[in-house]
Amino acid sequence: MANTESTFRNMTLSLTLIAVVSSALLGFVYEATKEPIALSNLDKKLDAIRQVVPEFTNNPNDEMFLLPTGEGDSLEVFPAKQGDEVIGYAVNTFTNRGFSGNISLMAGFKPDGTIINVMVLEHKETPGLGTKMTEPEFKDQFINKNPADFGLKVKKDGGTVDAITAATISSRAFCDAVQRAYNTLQKGGIK
Amino acid sequence: MNQLRNFTKGLLRENPILVMVLGTCPTLATTSSSLNGMGMGFATTFVLIGSNVVISLLSKVIPDKVRIPAFIVVIASFVTVVDLVMQAYVPDLYLTLGIFIPLIVVNCIVLGRAEAFASKNSVWSSFIDGAGMGLGFTLALGILGAFREVLGSGAIFGHKFIQGDGILVFILAPGAFIALGYMIALVNKIKQN
Repeated sequence: MANTESTFRNMTLSLTLIAVVSSALLGFVYEATKEPIALSNLDKKLDAIRQVVPEFTNNPNDEMFLLPTGEGDSLEVFPAKQGDEVIGYAVNTFTNRGFSGNISLMAGFKPDGTIINVMVLEHKETPGLGTKMTEPEFKDQFINKNPADFGLKVKKDGGTVDAITAATISSRAFCDAVQRAYNTLQKGGIK
Repeated sequence: MNQLRNFTKGLLRENPILVMVLGTCPTLATTSSSLNGMGMGFATTFVLIGSNVVISLLSKVIPDKVRIPAFIVVIASFVTVVDLVMQAYVPDLYLTLGIFIPLIVVNCIVLGRAEAFASKNSVWSSFIDGAGMGLGFTLALGILGAFREVLGSGAIFGHKFIQGDGILVFILAPGAFIALGYMIALVNKIKQN
């Protein structure tokens, strides 16, 4: 066991030293992984845009603009264009009604508001349950639906969405996020 | 101590999950599939080896009365390193394991090995101990995950071999308890013979 006596001076000194060395190491690792993390996030974003809006010829990330949600914050909207014609919008939307923490989604809409596809970007849901919202079985039911006449709620709440078994809260949160994206686009005057 | 025995004790004789039943929270939570369980196991193994080595190096210098906070700082640093590295290089696995990566800090196996073994033994033995315990943890999580994945989703390593849903209870928390219970019973049987 320890050879150092537990005097006040020794205790303060050793704890301070350990904390300083640890912080230095963490700072180093943080700097080293900052770029790969940012890159993998950007990759994920572009990949998500590609999945939720049809083929585009512009760079949606460069033409990104912000639309206010009307709830005090705003969402990132990525217009997808073929030539000069807008063929869809990818909206980086979120919900704070997840089972554990925020869920971030990318939702693609046609200019008339019809959902093209939805991708989950980030979540902290229960592995094996809430994580099923990332699978086609659940999210394919949103494809080609227009929230104007498609109840964006789980069946339990009087909507038309089949919730994931044992993950109703995650399913609700998913709907909430898509609804937010749709409302924001509508309010922004983009039909 | 015989290093081979030191290494293999983590696999069966003193397996952290199946014999000591330590760290059951991440065990039950992340083993809904085999790959998730093994990913969690490897992340924990890295932390175990790292913290064991550093703590055994520092054990002579750290005064006894502040050893627990000192150990926790060391462990937390290693966990944060794992967290950042996984976020950068295996984002998909990181996304699935989510909150359970930062929670390795409070995994009792890690602090348990630091306190019970690394602080009293040489650096090399502590390294072997960390590797053995980590591997035992990974094995237990992998097997438990495979078992639950086969019964719960009819798949193995993410490849589905039956259509439709499996037995839902095995994906849920009670299924984890049931499966773990049978595994522990089996290990007890093996140990008796």
